[in-house]
Amino acid sequence: METFFDNLFSVFFIETLLNGLLYGGVLALLSLGLNLIFGVIDVVWICYAELVMLGMYAVYFAHNVYGLPMLPACAVAILAVALLGYILHRVVIAHVLGKAPINQLLATGGVLFFLQSIATLIFGVEFLSVGVSLGSFQITEDIYVSKSQLVAFIIAAVTVLGMYLFLSRSYMGAAIRAISQDREIMILMGVDANRLYGITSAIGGGLAGLAACLLALQFDVHPFVGISFGPLVFMICVMGGLGNLVGGFIAAFVFAQLIATGSYFADLEWGAVLAFCVFVIAMFIRPEGLFARKS
Amino acid sequence: MTGQASSGAAPMLVLDDVTAGYGDFQALFGVSLDVKAGEAVAVIGPNGAGKSTLMRAISGMILLKGGTVVMEGQRLSEVAPHKIVEMGIAHVPENRRLFPRMSVEENLRVGSFAPPFRAKYADRLEFVYTLFPRMKERRNQLAGTMSGGEQQMCAIGRALMSDPKILLMDEPSAGLAPVIVQQVFELIRKIRADGLTVLIVEQNVQQVLKVVDRAYLLEAGTIRHSGLAADLLGSEDIRRAYIGV
Repeated sequence: METFFDNLFSVFFIETLLNGLLYGGVLALLSLGLNLIFGVIDVVWICYAELVMLGMYAVYFAHNVYGLPMLPACAVAILAVALLGYILHRVVIAHVLGKAPINQLLATGGVLFFLQSIATLIFGVEFLSVGVSLGSFQITEDIYVSKSQLVAFIIAAVTVLGMYLFLSRSYMGAAIRAISQDREIMILMGVDANRLYGITSAIGGGLAGLAACLLALQFDVHPFVGISFGPLVFMICVMGGLGNLVGGFIAAFVFAQLIATGSYFADLEWGAVLAFCVFVIAMFIRPEGLFARKS
Repeated sequence: MTGQASSGAAPMLVLDDVTAGYGDFQALFGVSLDVKAGEAVAVIGPNGAGKSTLMRAISGMILLKGGTVVMEGQRLSEVAPHKIVEMGIAHVPENRRLFPRMSVEENLRVGSFAPPFRAKYADRLEFVYTLFPRMKERRNQLAGTMSGGEQQMCAIGRALMSDPKILLMDEPSAGLAPVIVQQVFELIRKIRADGLTVLIVEQNVQQVLKVVDRAYLLEAGTIRHSGLAADLLGSEDIRRAYIGV
């Protein structure tokens, strides 16, 4: 017991919580994209993390192979994944709209394996590192945070805030929220639903591209990197109530803390085990998500 | 009054031999009608006569199978369905269909979505709030939490945001308490007094015939009868079949 309390009040635990908070920012950004797509289009992009994976490759190629500076390389990645999101909608999603959820699941699940295989084929299975190190940042004598995590958190937080303002203040944002509540009558509002879906898919892709840039600062890229956060992001969205942006935002930070804390008291993998156990238990209690709207 | 003033002019909206339906199901069999600028016209008829289909066919929610809809000389089949509202046709759909998890003001804002309407947003908002002071009081309330009558005001307000030339109303009194129904018809009178052209579908035949100039009787997808509202109100057949006195 003594060690437990020693652990609890140690500066390393505070550092852990801080890391959890920073990780939560990136998870929040990831879940925002997936949630937005689901909330508006009513299709779950199971392959969302694979778009992020391709975005990480885009950063790597733009920066490390073609020698672009980091910021333009990120811009390229964001635009590329936004385009990919749009194409995914036009080529796959548009054809399964309104179909049985199992068909949609199989279609986007198929895209997941397709993208993984294509990436393996083209890029091989080696781990590639963008190799940008921002070093770390000293808060107190004993507490350090990684600058790349801090930057990722700040950019994710600003983006989430920006999306909130976009959705709540702009005409386009209002239409995006409106179409998620009643698609059929949008035509009476002068909205071309297919165009709005395309725009939303591009925004969702762009968010995946941005997340890819932030993750590329911290993780190596390989064709299966999506597995390390894809299921987690999906669970965050379900836990927050699929399509509920605020719920997903909160759930992202809850999960990040669970993982960080679990990793602190045991091994890194135990953090994920803890998070997934909490998810399963939460699904028993509230299968519709902890923050689901009452309909 | 405005109706008589422009009765000599070409009609604003003309439907000619319109057929429409859903999939294999046909709901309208060659419907022709017209509405002149400044007029208020009702389409009455029993449940399932095709009244809502008629409204949907005009506003682009469903595609025509045959016939034409012409607004001020422009065939609507040549216009992209989502551009029809920009021709000056606003549709208050059956059951109001507000965005329940958005505030009153956000609902009105979506009504101004089409780029040509955005510049007029502030003016139109002012107009709607003047017409419905209640909506101004409730502007931050979620639309889904309001009473049926308030929701109907919001739905009409949302349609008026586009500054339409003609307002299509589909069963505005449906599902409302009798005292609220009175208010809704009072509203329609008010909207008419502003000079707006109105095409209204109603089950509440007696009430609607008192606020419109003319009416068409739609039965099983065809126009059975048409005439001045006052004449229809006096007609024995109509009274017996639809008013129940």
